[in-house]
Amino acid sequence: MKLAASVQQVTKEYVLDGETVRALRGVTLEVPEGDYVAVMGASGSGKSTLLNLLGCLDRPTSGKLLLGEDDVSQLSDDRLSEIRASRIGFIFQSYNLIPQLTVLENIQVPLYYQGRLTARERDRCHELAGMVGLADRLKHRPTQLSGGQQQRVAIARSLVNDPYFILADEPTGNLDSVTTEEILGLLDALNEAGKTIIMVTHEDDVGARAKRIIRLRDGNVLSDARQQQKRKAVIRH
Amino acid sequence: MLLFLRTWQLGIKSLLLHPLRSLLTVLGIFIGVASVIWLLAIGEGISRKAQEQIEGLGANNVIVRSIKPPSEVTEGMRGPVPYGITRRDFEAITETVPTISRALPIRELRRRFSYSTRMVDGRLVGCTPEYAEVTKLEVARGRFLSDADVRDKQNHCVLASGTAERLFPFEDPVGRSIHIEEAYYVIVGVMKPRNPTAGIGGSLAAQDFANDVYIPISTLWSRIGDFIVTRRSGSFEGEIVELSQVTLRVDEVKNVLETSELIKQTLASRHRIEDWGITVPLELLEQARTTRLMFIIFMGLIAAISLVVGGIGIMNIMLATVTERTREIGIRRALGAKRRDIIRQFLVETVALSVVGGATGVLVGLTCRPVTGWVRYLVERLLPDVIEQLPEVIKTVEPSVVPWSIPLAFFISVTIGVVFGLYPAMRAAAMDPIEALRHE
Ligand SMILES: Nc1ncnc2c1ncn2[C@@H]1O[C@H](COP(=O)(O)OP(=O)(O)O)[C@@H](O)[C@H]1O
Ligand SMILES: [Mg+2]
Repeated sequence: MKLAASVQQVTKEYVLDGETVRALRGVTLEVPEGDYVAVMGASGSGKSTLLNLLGCLDRPTSGKLLLGEDDVSQLSDDRLSEIRASRIGFIFQSYNLIPQLTVLENIQVPLYYQGRLTARERDRCHELAGMVGLADRLKHRPTQLSGGQQQRVAIARSLVNDPYFILADEPTGNLDSVTTEEILGLLDALNEAGKTIIMVTHEDDVGARAKRIIRLRDGNVLSDARQQQKRKAVIRH
Repeated sequence: MLLFLRTWQLGIKSLLLHPLRSLLTVLGIFIGVASVIWLLAIGEGISRKAQEQIEGLGANNVIVRSIKPPSEVTEGMRGPVPYGITRRDFEAITETVPTISRALPIRELRRRFSYSTRMVDGRLVGCTPEYAEVTKLEVARGRFLSDADVRDKQNHCVLASGTAERLFPFEDPVGRSIHIEEAYYVIVGVMKPRNPTAGIGGSLAAQDFANDVYIPISTLWSRIGDFIVTRRSGSFEGEIVELSQVTLRVDEVKNVLETSELIKQTLASRHRIEDWGITVPLELLEQARTTRLMFIIFMGLIAAISLVVGGIGIMNIMLATVTERTREIGIRRALGAKRRDIIRQFLVETVALSVVGGATGVLVGLTCRPVTGWVRYLVERLLPDVIEQLPEVIKTVEPSVVPWSIPLAFFISVTIGVVFGLYPAMRAAAMDPIEALRHE
């Protein structure tokens, strides 16, 4: 099976006021294409750090990080930007839409930095907006949308560059249970359509929706288990 | 191309999110650019006026004047004091200086002119036929003085337009005689009116030609003489002056400075006191050019300062903007923006601000001329006393926009935008994307 990402003995250390914080202490894991991974663990266990490395927002202190064929642990800042623009989709807890842009323009941003804003790509942005159910809000600004709607825009945006995988850091952290269900439903559908998803969450209900749960503790992988079947019912109580 | 437009569109959109802030930022550059153009235009107007005046004197001319010596010098001398350029000086100069092609002697007095019961107080000018040409006066009726008039010491006179109108409101003056100091003079011509102007007839002071009467200088010398009596604080004071002024024309401009040196030496050797003065328009012209250059440098300095202040304003705002938009920078970086994309984005905003400031500054700079007109009109209307006291140059200056100041001001404003925008933009680009995303 082709791997979307491969993490080999990755460590990440931060130096803060002369003290070294070891956020990741040698993490190894492989994410095949089409997987749906939930990264779980207590606060400070290194979940976000791992996600940032996978998202090429930072380089590991040591170890290898392969995305497709590229070892991204040694790439230049510009190359990392190019990879982010063309191969990675981000979904954040606080949506992170650009306030002065419309829904449609927000969806287009990654294309803009790839330098491919052709008419065909524009049509695709319309399609994606339709797919997340916002076809009639294209000209609206983020502030005119509810949290759930903003997160849908973010999902559409994460898909626009047809990424290797989608990284979601607590995507439902700011949402109520009904909207959480909507967003998780969208992610389920994407995964069923073949998209690789790596999601950070500390809620068991949310993690239960993934195919695989990786638990971190103090920068180490505590467990890495595949779930037999999806337990959609858990959400209810 | 599309992406380029898009960057600009984005930048302008961001600026419009804070219209007041953007406006205030633009204002700095706007004032800087407009003031550069205005200051240079006014400076140009003043120096052009000065040059015109000096050129009116003629670059070929050298002007020698009689100057009444200060009373300390003449103290102890008895009776009427003779001073100034004499007929023998005139001869000495015209005979010994070969580069002089023409010499115009002038003697001026204040006199009363009368015809039947009407009277006019004015300036009696003894001169030669060249006077009309040198002072750019034109004949309205009859003729100006002729060489024959001068040679034969004729009792002929020519009236300036004002004198003619006042003495002869109804009849044609030509052929009639007016009375000046116990003698009658036959009017042979009348001159056209002329605005009082400086730089004419070899004087930098503005001259009013309206109430003149012109007679041959030879006639003046023989009829009236050199001795004049003026009444001063109850007592009479006598003076002996032969020539008020001599305007000398040098054959070629390149000889002017040498010739004027020669004239100075000649006069210095013949006069024991400083009762004469010399004006060399060519020298003045060169001085005026230097002054103009200094002025431009000075204005340039002021302009540079105001533009730098404007630039600092832009930088200040952009630094605040960058901090405020840290989150946005993080988002853009996460979505694939390179460092240079971020730099470009913020640079576009500063350049847009400074271009708008520059462009409006240029537009307002171009209105310099009409606006000065209105301001002058208003001040004349509201504060006539103030206007009275202003120097002539300021009353009459016509600002003239210096063509090169427009591209220059515009270019400078764009440069300011780039220079002062670069640091905030680089700060934005240097941010760590993860930290920027966490910001707030
Ligand atoms: N930029 C940083 N500088 C210093 N320490 C950091 C930085 N980012 C994270 N850490 C530390 O690394 C550890 C893991 O953080 P993080 O990955 O954010 O945990 P989680 O997302 O699981 O809560 C924590 O102890 C945190 O304090
Ligand atoms: Mg976290």
